[in-house]
Amino acid sequence: MNKNKDQYLITRGKNTYEVVIGLEVHAQVLSNSKLFSSSPTKFGAEPNTQVSLVDAAFPGMLPVINEYCIKQAVKTGIGLKAKINHRSIFDRKNYFYADLPQGYQISQYKHPIVGEGKVVLDMPYGQIEVGIERLHLEQDAGKSIHDMDPENTLVDLNRSGVALMEIVSKPDLRSLDEVNAYVKKLRSIMRYLNTCDGNMQEGSLRADVNVSVKKKDSKKLGTRCEIKNVNSIKFMQLAIDYEANRQVDLIEEGKSIDQETRLFDTKKNMTRSMRSKEDAHDYRYFPDPDLLPLDLQDDFIAKIKAEIPELPDEKKKRFIDKFNLSPYEANIIVSDKETSEYFEQVIKNSDIKLATNWITGELFALLNEKDLEINKSPISAENLSKLMNLIKDGTISGKIAKSVFELMADGNKDPVTIVNEKGLKQQSDPKELEKLIDKVINDNPDKVKEYKSGKEKLFGFFVGQVMKVSGGKANPQLVNEILKKKLN
Amino acid sequence: MDNITSLSLTELINNIKNKKISSEEVTRSFIERAEKSKTLNCYITENFESALKKAKEFDNRANFKCKLPGIPIAIKDLFCTNGIKTTAGSKILNNFFPTYESTVTQNIWNEGGILLGKLNCDEFAMGSSNETSFFGNVQSPIDKNLVPGGSSGGSASAIASNLTPITIGTDTGGSIRQPASFTGTVGLKPTYGSCSRYGIVAFASSLDQAGPMGKNVKDCALLQEIISSYDSKDSTSIDFKRNNYSELLTNNIKGKKIGIPKEYRVDGMPKEIENLWLKGIDIAKECGAKIIDISLPHTQYALPTYYIVAPAEASSNLARYDGVKYGFRSAGENLIDMYEKTRSEGFGNEVKRRIMIGTYVLSSGYYDAYYIKAQKVRKLIKNDFDEAYKEVDAILTPSTPSSAFKIGEKTNDPVSMYLNDIFTVPVNLAGLPAISIPAGLDNKGYPLGLQIIGKAFGEQNLLNIAFAMEEKINFKNTIKEWWIK
Repeated sequence: MNKNKDQYLITRGKNTYEVVIGLEVHAQVLSNSKLFSSSPTKFGAEPNTQVSLVDAAFPGMLPVINEYCIKQAVKTGIGLKAKINHRSIFDRKNYFYADLPQGYQISQYKHPIVGEGKVVLDMPYGQIEVGIERLHLEQDAGKSIHDMDPENTLVDLNRSGVALMEIVSKPDLRSLDEVNAYVKKLRSIMRYLNTCDGNMQEGSLRADVNVSVKKKDSKKLGTRCEIKNVNSIKFMQLAIDYEANRQVDLIEEGKSIDQETRLFDTKKNMTRSMRSKEDAHDYRYFPDPDLLPLDLQDDFIAKIKAEIPELPDEKKKRFIDKFNLSPYEANIIVSDKETSEYFEQVIKNSDIKLATNWITGELFALLNEKDLEINKSPISAENLSKLMNLIKDGTISGKIAKSVFELMADGNKDPVTIVNEKGLKQQSDPKELEKLIDKVINDNPDKVKEYKSGKEKLFGFFVGQVMKVSGGKANPQLVNEILKKKLN
Repeated sequence: MDNITSLSLTELINNIKNKKISSEEVTRSFIERAEKSKTLNCYITENFESALKKAKEFDNRANFKCKLPGIPIAIKDLFCTNGIKTTAGSKILNNFFPTYESTVTQNIWNEGGILLGKLNCDEFAMGSSNETSFFGNVQSPIDKNLVPGGSSGGSASAIASNLTPITIGTDTGGSIRQPASFTGTVGLKPTYGSCSRYGIVAFASSLDQAGPMGKNVKDCALLQEIISSYDSKDSTSIDFKRNNYSELLTNNIKGKKIGIPKEYRVDGMPKEIENLWLKGIDIAKECGAKIIDISLPHTQYALPTYYIVAPAEASSNLARYDGVKYGFRSAGENLIDMYEKTRSEGFGNEVKRRIMIGTYVLSSGYYDAYYIKAQKVRKLIKNDFDEAYKEVDAILTPSTPSSAFKIGEKTNDPVSMYLNDIFTVPVNLAGLPAISIPAGLDNKGYPLGLQIIGKAFGEQNLLNIAFAMEEKINFKNTIKEWWIK
């Protein structure tokens, strides 16, 4: 299913279908207290220990807006290059459920706090722009637990009232890779802004996925299905793939697609119907009379604008312009704020090109293998910088550097110390090298003959032999130079 | 002193401050009278023992700087009271004990008031006769089997029958003014945003407002200055300068311009209401006010608008009573079944009717035609008042289109019941303050009230006009104490 093509197309016989995807991402606002109450929002607390009378909807309790959450939403809106609406309105979305204490969710319906914006994605085939329809603030519900008690459903209201930003994209995504890139980009922007920690395991970032298919080259969008509450990129991709194929199969069978809400079964990797359009809830939205319209003043927005840090797109541009990185390299380094900071620290005192290769190569592989975030990297930026300099000034070869790197990974040791202790310094004395080279030439008269008669490919064989007898320490550049002189 | 319970609040305070009577004596008198007045069914929850204890405590360490020094007060059972059952007149909250206190009641206790108990009211304040209460209807002291009005019927009855020296009600469409009018007492609905709604069981959030009900205007002015406060826990609370209304009260209203809206002359209005209104106009003139004819052209749409907006908000506000977290629960096969049984058994008919209306007007396909249109009309109604107040300082109307009716007379005719609020609902829709003062009796000897409507935040002016007119009207309630055993 891993269709890493420029376009994600589904073919059945003569027909080729394009998949149209839009995401409604629910991002938990990074805030110490809830959207309308002062209860804490810490993850993983004992059930029902972070619940105020407001969160549990006791009679006579009233919501009071948390200004910090408003700031966070505005900040995110600015990060999405979106229009900040000076007036937005909180509405009630009415429905009954055991973990929804008020019997309604306070959300924003017709007048969201943030309007249209855009997110730029770097794909192997170039940049694409994904439209943002809106961002609105809403309360999270509690959690119903069905499997702890044989007869009853238990309810945990710790999440009840936690602030969420729902970020709705336009149906601009066309492949699983684009979905992956989009979610990662949103996450990256919000982490730069410190408005959402983006932690998908803890549910800080979830998405409802809208999927439809249409014949390639057709302008008309197909009927869409909404897959609710998918909580990882992998599941989003699996759900989209299953759903798109299901829809194509229906069309191929001459059947129509019902607009409906579906659930993704993570055990069977398939979607199944949750409710049809006819059964869709009538949420009876209306403005919450307990809350006044939210009016944002120009200076309030201006103040937040002034606090916006350099964002991934701008940082990427700077890295390309100033450090001469390729767009691809810049992209992977800036996508994570901590990585970009690590990078800048390393290159402060070392070669940029070399550092870029080592960070995106060896370091990423190491972190990946150990499943670590860069801020937990076993090799500090300072020590990596030192390693780069050892390579650059010819003290060690790139190959030796790799073994030094491995030793560094076991406890962030200073590479200079390692090289000294283990005697790994590169052999760069031409006289010493000449001795080794002469030995190799003398030991292989046949090969020398072959080389001289035109088999130039054998040059690499001689280099290899010299490196071997030097125990890998010979300076490869010098070996090259001397060998060339001796053999020609 | 043997007439303690018939004293006004102001008189009681003076007597306590002058140490002529103790808080305990006062409290005991009201309790004793309540014991003899069970027929009226004013109380849902009595708090007598605790009140007596608190009264003694007050007497032992009396603080006469308080505005309500050791004054026992019974309140409408819509205000949440910490540790004391709060039912909103409903079965669904029959076992509900709040762990918190409403801001309005807290303000009263902070000034030395003592809770006597919780007074009966229409279920969730929905009703105009106090007949929708799960705890039975309230009798008016005015006459046997007469309704006291609603929804603050228990409060009105308690004031009129001297069971409490002062009380608070809530007014969403007339629930303070109409029962005040029916019982010959004074009731003030303050400007929306004047009294915090925190801790008051919500009916219709954009209309609900707590207010004082008392024997006279001065008592109400005093309680208003106590209960009105800016409260950051209520986002619709408004931070404006609040007066010490009772201290600044004056009967000098010379030159005040009082508007008479022609649209309040509704078809079929009884002659005696018309006459009462004319009498009010004469008295206002006598007080030195200038009478000006005005027009509030959208008045006729107020009642239908109200019966869209209020039920819409109520249908959502009452969704929290679902049997899951607190209050009454009826066991069900599954969640939906539990909801249906709980809410079917827990709510009374009038509440269900309004939840149905509210759910309907908010439904997709009807929302624009009802809710949105009602909001637009509401704005027009408010504009009418804004226009009128360019010319006048206050507006004078009857409080109700009739005097009190008999228990059961209108229970099968909700529309005729709703018509009771025809003069009071425009005020709530516009968020204005208004007061009902007793002004006369009808041919059966039942009280009739006049309503004075003020400008937003103009409580002082409103109270002054009411105070001046009250003096000239010199109304005396003729209550025969038929219920005392």
